[in-house]
Amino acid sequence: MAERFLVEAVNDALHVEMERDAAVMVLGEDVGQAGGVFRATAGLRDRFGVNRCVDTPLAEAGILGSAVGLCMAGFRPVCEMQYDAFSYPCLDQLITHVGRYRWRTGGKMTFPLTIRMPYGGGVRAPELHDDSPETYYVHTPGIKVAIPSTPADAKGLLAAAIRDPDPVVIFEPKLVYRTARGDVPDGEHVVPLGKARLARAGFDLTLVAYGAMVPVCERAADELDASVEVLDIRSLKPLDEDALLASAAKTGRVVLVQEAPRTCGYAAELAAILAEKAILDLRGPVLRVTGYDVPYPYWSIEDAYMPSVARVVDAARRLLEF
Amino acid sequence: MAQVLPAEGDLRRVIGDGESIPDNEVEGLDESDLVELYRSLVLLRTYDERSVVFHRQGRIGTYAIFWGHEAMQAGSFHALEDDDWIFPSYRESAIGLLRGMPAATVLSWWRGHPSGWWNPADYNIASICVPIATHVPHAAGLAWGKRLKGETGCSIVYFGDGATSEGAFHEGANFAAVMRAPAILFCNNNGWAISTPVAAQTRAQTLADKAVGYGIPAARVDGGDVLAVYEATRDAVVRARAGEGPSFIEAVTYRAAPHATADDPSAYIDPQLVEEARANECVARYERYLRRVDVLTDELDEQIKSDALAAMRAGIAAAEAEPTPDLGLLFEHALADPPAAWEHDLAELRRILDG
Repeated sequence: MAERFLVEAVNDALHVEMERDAAVMVLGEDVGQAGGVFRATAGLRDRFGVNRCVDTPLAEAGILGSAVGLCMAGFRPVCEMQYDAFSYPCLDQLITHVGRYRWRTGGKMTFPLTIRMPYGGGVRAPELHDDSPETYYVHTPGIKVAIPSTPADAKGLLAAAIRDPDPVVIFEPKLVYRTARGDVPDGEHVVPLGKARLARAGFDLTLVAYGAMVPVCERAADELDASVEVLDIRSLKPLDEDALLASAAKTGRVVLVQEAPRTCGYAAELAAILAEKAILDLRGPVLRVTGYDVPYPYWSIEDAYMPSVARVVDAARRLLEF
Repeated sequence: MAQVLPAEGDLRRVIGDGESIPDNEVEGLDESDLVELYRSLVLLRTYDERSVVFHRQGRIGTYAIFWGHEAMQAGSFHALEDDDWIFPSYRESAIGLLRGMPAATVLSWWRGHPSGWWNPADYNIASICVPIATHVPHAAGLAWGKRLKGETGCSIVYFGDGATSEGAFHEGANFAAVMRAPAILFCNNNGWAISTPVAAQTRAQTLADKAVGYGIPAARVDGGDVLAVYEATRDAVVRARAGEGPSFIEAVTYRAAPHATADDPSAYIDPQLVEEARANECVARYERYLRRVDVLTDELDEQIKSDALAAMRAGIAAAEAEPTPDLGLLFEHALADPPAAWEHDLAELRRILDG
């Protein structure tokens, strides 16, 4: 066990999984010589060589499309998209091929590729370095999606993604790349997809979040004069529906928090599940605290866009007083 | 430094016209090879013509016609070995027949029946790519992977003239070049992307010119000349196996049939040019050549054509004998480890449908 920052845990997972399986290779923009713009892939090229940690041309659809062919040749590619919003060109490949190819082959061929990318705002960056695009990915059939909030989960979920026979997308909360710090198991560490993490137990109200919104919810819980449960979804697809419903049954009050724009965001799916399956457990409306349905703003006012502790607390109080 | 080679200007040609243009020959092809090429052409032609009939009879769905493209497909195919991977577009839907795939499989694909979805590893033929050019990066990736593994196989990816306007073509071509992937980018330039002519597709003088910018050597061939296509592809395969990276082949023809069964080209195409193209179509052209060089007899010709027809008759019979797929297939094959929700969805669907 070692204490690591979240981005260091990502790097650790890549080292361990590449050591473990020679079919694993990393490809992306600036991942090799430079070690990645966030240093997530630092040291891989020296350790595993230029053919297993590959600096690619600047072409996200080319990266993901080549990865499809590499899977057919027997590799397990881990593709880095340099930033959330830079990944949009790869959606063509993701939607038309990555999520469908296994089905197309009658389940005979597997496409064990991983896409990982830093996501989210609050980092005072130029436009299109701040997005939370998880919904596009979650909505695509044949794709699994996970978003860690702790260093241990960043390592364990990435390892699970790399070992998974199907395509998995990991969004890494870049806001907390070098602030989230915690114990990370040494060596092989796998956190199975499809299991939520109870970040904090409580009885009066549940805050549901993932990624960079988990620490926001934890701080909100500190401020509230109530017993607050914080559920870290961490695996968006497959979703641990049992954990969501169990928490709703326990507290009867649920606030969903996501950084992405509101309409058809992931919280809308969670709210629909609660409406379908937990209606008699609920003691008040399911509330959402989300980004707004606007382009991600100028960074001088981005804090007003991001779901904040104050906004989460406000929603929680309204629900507690309902 | 990648070497930038100018694209060839003139179309390569081997087969003459029996009059002013003399016949040439391709070194290394013996008489049985020439007959095999003909057998492939006839099989593809028969498949295509029967498919149009089957469509009219309501026995297959919308079908992408490849009449006149047989020389590009058969010529390039015969330059490959079995462990080379083929990435077809919908225009090459039946290229698997040349590797022993049953006609029933391809016909089932066009019937929307699951028995038409093959395992690519069984034939080293990727799934039919319906979106335009998005399979070019796949071919680049596979070939790159082969090189990394030290294997000798290469890949060939087929696409049309319109595909060279798509981003995926450019990203795939560039990846193939940068990674020195043993890939062959085969462009069947039939002059049309549905109703859009090449002139509205690009200001480049030739489509082969596009390869130049990526440092990829390009050749232009007469796409109706099966021997020229074969030779150009064989050159590309030699380069690929020698570790010299990808090649681009622009095979030029004129689309003498509709884009697909749902298309009415009379609104946009010049009937005069269609008539000329049909008069010079690739299968009859090669047949005349084989007769000039005394390789093809009436008897052999008849045998090859009746074999192809028999394969199609057996193919459609087998495809139509496939049982209606169970709706449970809705939830199969997409994930190795399907979520519990799918089981629930299927049970609910069955309950409702079973009344």
